Amino acid sequence: MTDLTPVLTATWDAPESWKLGTYENHGGYDALKKALGMESADLVQAVKDSGLRGRGGAGFPTGMKWGFLPPDDGKPRYLVVNADESEPGTCKDIPTMMSAPHILVEGVAITSFAIGCNHAFIYLRGEVVHVYRRLLQAVREAYAAGHLGKNIHGSGYDLDVTVHAGAGAYICGEETALLHSLEGRRGQPRLKPPFPAVEGLYARPTVVNNVESIASVPSIVNNGVDWFTGMGTERSKGMGIFSLSGHVNRPGQYEAPLGITLRELIDMAGGMRNGNRLKFWTPGGSSTPLFTDEHLDTPLDYESVGAAGSMLGTRALQIFDETTCVVRAVARWTEFYKHESCGKCTPCREGTFWLTQILERLEDGHGTDADIQQLLDTCDSILGRSFCALGDGATSSISSSVKLFRDEYEQHVTDGRCPFDHAASALFDYETSPTAEEAHA
Amino acid sequence: MTYTAETLSGLERDAAEILGRYPVKRSALLPLLHLVQSVDGYVSPDGIAFCARQVELTSAEVSAVATFYTQYKRRPNGEYQVGVCTNTLCAIMGGDEIWRQVSERCGVGHDETTADGKVTLERLECNAACDYAPVMMVNWEFFDNMTPDRALRVVDDILEGRDVKPTRGPSTVASFKEVSRVLAGFEDGRADEDQGVGDPSLAGLKVAREQGWEDSK
Ligand SMILES: Cc1cc2nc3c(=O)[nH]c(=O)nc-3n(C[C@H](O)[C@H](O)[C@H](O)COP(=O)(O)O)c2cc1C
Ligand code: SF4
Ligand code: FES
Repeated sequence: MTDLTPVLTATWDAPESWKLGTYENHGGYDALKKALGMESADLVQAVKDSGLRGRGGAGFPTGMKWGFLPPDDGKPRYLVVNADESEPGTCKDIPTMMSAPHILVEGVAITSFAIGCNHAFIYLRGEVVHVYRRLLQAVREAYAAGHLGKNIHGSGYDLDVTVHAGAGAYICGEETALLHSLEGRRGQPRLKPPFPAVEGLYARPTVVNNVESIASVPSIVNNGVDWFTGMGTERSKGMGIFSLSGHVNRPGQYEAPLGITLRELIDMAGGMRNGNRLKFWTPGGSSTPLFTDEHLDTPLDYESVGAAGSMLGTRALQIFDETTCVVRAVARWTEFYKHESCGKCTPCREGTFWLTQILERLEDGHGTDADIQQLLDTCDSILGRSFCALGDGATSSISSSVKLFRDEYEQHVTDGRCPFDHAASALFDYETSPTAEEAHA
Repeated sequence: MTYTAETLSGLERDAAEILGRYPVKRSALLPLLHLVQSVDGYVSPDGIAFCARQVELTSAEVSAVATFYTQYKRRPNGEYQVGVCTNTLCAIMGGDEIWRQVSERCGVGHDETTADGKVTLERLECNAACDYAPVMMVNWEFFDNMTPDRALRVVDDILEGRDVKPTRGPSTVASFKEVSRVLAGFEDGRADEDQGVGDPSLAGLKVAREQGWEDSK
């Protein structure tokens, strides 16, 4: 059995956990003071040595990303924290910032110092107003305590932090779209290269990192590289937050070493609802190919999940039991991608439109066998041909579900309707809900 | 421009503060659009012209940006933006049925506002609270673990003029305009209000405490 390792989540049950005083009572900002006494190059090296990989989905080594910045030319360079959290299933950064905003602010201060940045930005999705209040307050408290601002703790180092609220657009989580949006434009991705490290915000060298990546930095500075590398697997080091949602008894946030398995996590979450059978799940959000109960023992690290045909992504474990119609689930995700496609490139814009048309037909029982093949062909014309990873992600659940559950698609065709009772997968009884009663009366 | 002198001077004062947060003017555009919504309840033609002057763009350029983002409203918005998450996870856990009943009770569909101007309904995409599914958001505050009954009670309270209380967040939900002002980056003094951290957020921590697990420091 793998032990859980609460680090980022450790203070969430403390009274007023979001306040500066609470955070400082738990050793908060000690890491910043320690970091300010170090050489910035040594900090970058420590994060490289820790093996920390980006927690926003792609898993790129964080220290290496910092190391890509060109040498200081005396002009501005930026840190931009990606707090857009919108990938369906992903729900770890929002509670982190709600309950422990200072762990992020401290991480921002250390990272900014390490990369030579004097103005950092946190780009928060706009649909979480209380989280924005908590972040604004945390930054204000940190300025007042001298953790931000001019000459931080007498080091001569200056840092300003701006917390910026977006306005509703999933694509703004893609790092170049995010930078575009932060510049006051439509959130459409930019061509890479140039990568943000070379030409990012305002065409200046920029590091974009996920909330959880940055929030992990203070613990590495405090506890050391060996402590961090003592958790996880060969090439997936450290702890990460695993977000369980769906048909388990106790959904929620479980912080564990990378490499824990879903079987262990479901066990800790009190098992499957009603003791039902696990049918399918996403290891890393809706953009990652589906897994089934055959993958219960796959170590949830980058390599093992990849070798098994999916991606660790954001560790957004959306769990569906045997009552769930996979066609319905996939059709709904696909509507999401259609809705969120930014329209910049044709394969994604047109492709997601056609995919939703076909999936709706199939779900309603009006589809044909040819439609199932058409789904796969349309996915082929999107995957690898889109401008950014949103298009690729849109195909993941479709291709994988047809592979795993082709018979279920076919059954929709032969029965001429969905063979599932939608009410059976809900958490409440449709029958006792008022409108249903009226309808029966 | 139809703003009164007083409204305009307030807007200009706030805009100056917003512009001061960014090294490049244009970056202020998103918060400025939230600011305009805090005054007009939507992105009005006057608001667009105001933003355009602040960031030195044309009104057409500002419109092109505003229409990209779903939180900017092209028509006067209801006092409460009520969103039911109907992305896959929530939909399957009951969000579809909640949406059906809430929409029926309000008598309006997606992106429509009740005749009394109280509620604008929306089918939401995933709001990063899947561990609390099914989820509803009112003016971007969390209403977790909804059932049709609970959701209808919230909607009835709003329609009948009573305050509503989120499950995580402040003591009451502020109006659409008030919340828009926060989204423009102006604190409203409510950050310490709290309904308690929800069980799902603490689920793993609780297991770790029961088992006596610590990270291996
Ligand atoms: C469509 C799309 C949406 C994304 N959304 C997010 C997001 O909400 N948060 C995030 O951190 N990364 C998101 N990413 C990944 C970012 O592009 C980027 O890889 C990440 O922020 C880098 O940070 P990290 O290295 O710390 O993970 C998204 C990528 C794509 C293609
Ligand atoms: S893949 Fe989709 S989201 Fe990405 S640039 Fe193309 S249209 Fe926009
Ligand atoms: S799917 Fe509803 S909050 Fe994530």
